[in-house]
Amino acid sequence: MANLYSGRKRRNIIWTGLAYAATVLGLSMLVIILVTLIWNGFGGLSIDVFTKNTAPPGVVGGLLNSIVGSIVTTVIGLAIGAPLGILAGTYLAEYGHDTRLAVVVRFINDILLSAPSIVVGLFIYELLVVPVGHFSALAGGVALAVLGAPIMVRTTEDMLNLVPNTLREAASALGMPRSLVIRHVAYRAVRSGIVTGVLLAIARMTGETAPLIFTALGNSLFSLDPRGPMSSLPLIIYEFARSPYAEQQKLAWTGALILTFAVLALSITARALSASSKQN
Amino acid sequence: MSNDVNAPRPAKPPSANKDKIIVRGLNFYYGQNHALKEVTLSLFEGQVTAFIGPSGCGKSTLLRVLNRMYDLYPGQRAEGEVLLDGENILSRDLDLNLLRSRVGMVFQKPTPFPMTIYDNIAFGVRLYEKLPKSEMDARVESSLKRTALWGEVKDKLNANGLSLSGGQQQRLCIARTVAISPEVILFDEPTSALDPISTAKIEELLDELSGEYTIAIVTHNMQQAARVSHYTAFMYLGEMVEFNETNTVFTSPRDKRTQDYVTGRFG
Repeated sequence: MANLYSGRKRRNIIWTGLAYAATVLGLSMLVIILVTLIWNGFGGLSIDVFTKNTAPPGVVGGLLNSIVGSIVTTVIGLAIGAPLGILAGTYLAEYGHDTRLAVVVRFINDILLSAPSIVVGLFIYELLVVPVGHFSALAGGVALAVLGAPIMVRTTEDMLNLVPNTLREAASALGMPRSLVIRHVAYRAVRSGIVTGVLLAIARMTGETAPLIFTALGNSLFSLDPRGPMSSLPLIIYEFARSPYAEQQKLAWTGALILTFAVLALSITARALSASSKQN
Repeated sequence: MSNDVNAPRPAKPPSANKDKIIVRGLNFYYGQNHALKEVTLSLFEGQVTAFIGPSGCGKSTLLRVLNRMYDLYPGQRAEGEVLLDGENILSRDLDLNLLRSRVGMVFQKPTPFPMTIYDNIAFGVRLYEKLPKSEMDARVESSLKRTALWGEVKDKLNANGLSLSGGQQQRLCIARTVAISPEVILFDEPTSALDPISTAKIEELLDELSGEYTIAIVTHNMQQAARVSHYTAFMYLGEMVEFNETNTVFTSPRDKRTQDYVTGRFG
């Protein structure tokens, strides 16, 4: 008895220790990345970064066109991907269940979730760039939508599956049509979860480089026209990081810093949203 | 509750009873599983009918046929006749939502919607009526008063319905059902998740609501059936074994199985 207990206690200490070690290892990676980014990128932060466009070596430039380009392509991706993703997730959870179509859609979505982003970029290149004859931010947005939608499909379905059937029955028992049950009761019950999925998708989309190389291409000038090529932060980081010029490398670090903290801010917003909706 | 717990409530003389719902030759299937076999009974207007029987006897299934709740799930089907005021509700072209606005339901677990107490009630009303704010306020108030919840929540109508206690949540669910003025209310073991005090409150409520509404209640608790109902249906293995005035079912049942069940020999 005493032996059994002390053995269990020893194993508890060993496994708890291993769990702590794994946590420390994982967290330290994150901290190292953040510290490196701040170390290298923070010095480059200035008003110029946000007010000037990217410039050739030797000229003081900023990242304005890339930041705006990132926002524009992400917004396009979101405008296409979010309705698709949320509606498809709703179909899977509320209508499809285990029908053959739903099983196939779910399977394809799982493949898309882990699809290499470069393949998605090439696919959209063939579909939207080659026929038109030139690169465009629109094609970039579509490529991002293809990457972001599966995340939203999955989170929306998972969240709606958490809604207890008794709640749906209770709403139906009042004579509520199914569409209203979904929109006013099911969505409302898991709103923060669905929003979190959307924010995660935005985070994924803003960080992607590969799908944009073949679609939005990049642009050293300021542009808001989705029909033409457009710059974006990941693209400019990719380009400037390989540049032999010190000031461009520095700008790449600064871009990486801005990008990382934008994504971090999104994640924190997602957290805060879900925390506040739980309180209500 | 001052009356003796085991004294069944006297039913009105049968001559005064008007059929609200008539179930005739009802068969129900969960896929291949034949869950209800040739069930026949009547729910009388303004009376409380209790469905009793051991687990799996089909009493909840029967209740869920009366507002076609089973329709939400593929693979479940009913055959036979269920007449609500003479109209067969099993008919294919029946408007399910209209049916459910006439036949309300309260569930075993309280199911408040994830919204404010006020909206929990106003929401169902808005589906069928467009009321100005003042009338909606009055409707919410009267529904909450009807379910003896008003005093407890009148100062926090904007709090989330989920913040109430279990018993309060259940009364909120009843208020929500009453607010759309259905003709029939189905109760599916409404107190089995509640403490004795909340249970007593719900039973009092059932008493008050009878007369105005036709009520069917599924319960595992025989004393509860005896306390709240005018009529009792005893079901066993998907069959309607005995249906009669509650008093008769509990004191001089015709069938041996009913007698064994109400005297606690099985179930």
